[in-house]
Amino acid sequence: MSGFDVREAITRAHHEEWARVVALLTRRFGDLDIAEEAAAEAFATAVERWSVDGVPPNTAAWLTTTANRKAIDRIRRESKRDEKQREARMVHGAGPREPPGAIDDDRLRLIFTCCHPALAVESRLALTLRMVGGLTVPEIARAFLVTESAMGQRITRAKAKIKAAHIPYRVPATEDLPARVTGVLAVLFLVFNEGYLATSPDTDPVRHDLTAEAIRLARLIRDLLPDDGEVAGLLALMLLIEARRPARVSASGELVPLAEQDRGAWDATLIAEGHRLVRERLAAAAAGVAPGRYQILAAINAVHTSARDIRDTDWSQVLALYDQLVRVDPSPTIALNRAIAVAEVDGPDVALAAVDRLGNALAGYHAYHATRAELLRRTGHGRQARAAYDRAIELAGNTAETAYLTRRRDQLG
Amino acid sequence: MQYLLSVIHDQASIDDPDEQAAIDVFNDRLRAQGHWVFAGGLSGPENATVIDPRGAEAVVTDGPFLESKEYLAGFWIIEAPDLDVALKLATEGARACNRKVEVRPFVAV
Repeated sequence: MSGFDVREAITRAHHEEWARVVALLTRRFGDLDIAEEAAAEAFATAVERWSVDGVPPNTAAWLTTTANRKAIDRIRRESKRDEKQREARMVHGAGPREPPGAIDDDRLRLIFTCCHPALAVESRLALTLRMVGGLTVPEIARAFLVTESAMGQRITRAKAKIKAAHIPYRVPATEDLPARVTGVLAVLFLVFNEGYLATSPDTDPVRHDLTAEAIRLARLIRDLLPDDGEVAGLLALMLLIEARRPARVSASGELVPLAEQDRGAWDATLIAEGHRLVRERLAAAAAGVAPGRYQILAAINAVHTSARDIRDTDWSQVLALYDQLVRVDPSPTIALNRAIAVAEVDGPDVALAAVDRLGNALAGYHAYHATRAELLRRTGHGRQARAAYDRAIELAGNTAETAYLTRRRDQLG
Repeated sequence: MQYLLSVIHDQASIDDPDEQAAIDVFNDRLRAQGHWVFAGGLSGPENATVIDPRGAEAVVTDGPFLESKEYLAGFWIIEAPDLDVALKLATEGARACNRKVEVRPFVAV
């Protein structure tokens, strides 16, 4: 077996099995630290062993068994140091059995623990990426543009609070689910976005592992809460964005904007699934259930993915949906995206005026300058457009986006 | 697992009979369900005295240890299996007394 095959097997096992191993160990030992470190050790051992012994037939079982053994080794070592602490951990881990829920999934429990509202939002995100997504601390640190030691501390603090305050490892009770799920969805969407438009110049421009993870977790939550409109909405939204991924970065690593994408390369299966979910939510909306932001965003993406050609796009429908979205979420980033639809319906001058009003709020946001640059170009302000591209390139971290913006700027002549 | 629920207040305390009745109901529930450990209301911070014996002599000063708009008006110590249960009880307690409540776990011993 070649080194490449082994590396690929380990990468695949890491994507598919990391969260399962961490979650299983967390349930068994009741301790996130032990679970995480034992899982990491098991994967490190796999790197050594598999290249010598070959990839085992059942990688999941191999990793689980190895991680389990590592965890027990570690507890034995620690028990010599601190018997009492070990007992406390085991008792907490064995804890009162929760009633069997609709879905018994250790990973779901892990998500709810990592996304507990008693943790700060940045901590929830970092913990979810580490414990559920399996990203390394340096990777998460790069994604959030903070130093490795600061990110390490953030994760350590969050885990310490979970332990000290006895944040439970469980799926919340039915009556608490809707409130808790909102926070989980926000974290999943952040994970998805980080995958879809990776913010670091040192990573791939699209991190399929993260987008796939966010979608997989959203599917899990949808199985648990089939009637929650926002869960369906977020899943649909992510599917419809993910469907365009194959057409979104060119062979030379440049971002391809929506208007120029090869629509034949879009993933028809994902689009069909996304559209099905959106229709389901439209039916609910017709029955009087007000849609939330994810459902409206999904509907916008359904309009885009329904058009065979950019010229077939129903922009007035997109704009109407953005008007609805602004009422639910009046944030400047939503207003910025709305302006793109305004440009198509009312012309670039009207859109530019709307975008210029957002300057104070979005001065540090690359997409603000990129959008402005495009509108300035279309209204014939070449020199100002160039300056706006310069600023957007300066602020953009994503390599595909930087390449695209650079070409657009250089086309100005 | 024990938690301290600190009642945080930001106005000169007024005894409200409705609040007191709601607190009594909540306390009875804590006792009936086995969460009760201890509870107490505190006199205002204007009645606090700080003592610092770390120097040669113990220094006694009038007033609270920190001056702030918010102060500790009372507390519960409860027994709860985990933070979710503690947060639920804290929410009920906070509603009963109509104040903010901070939840903190005791250090496990």
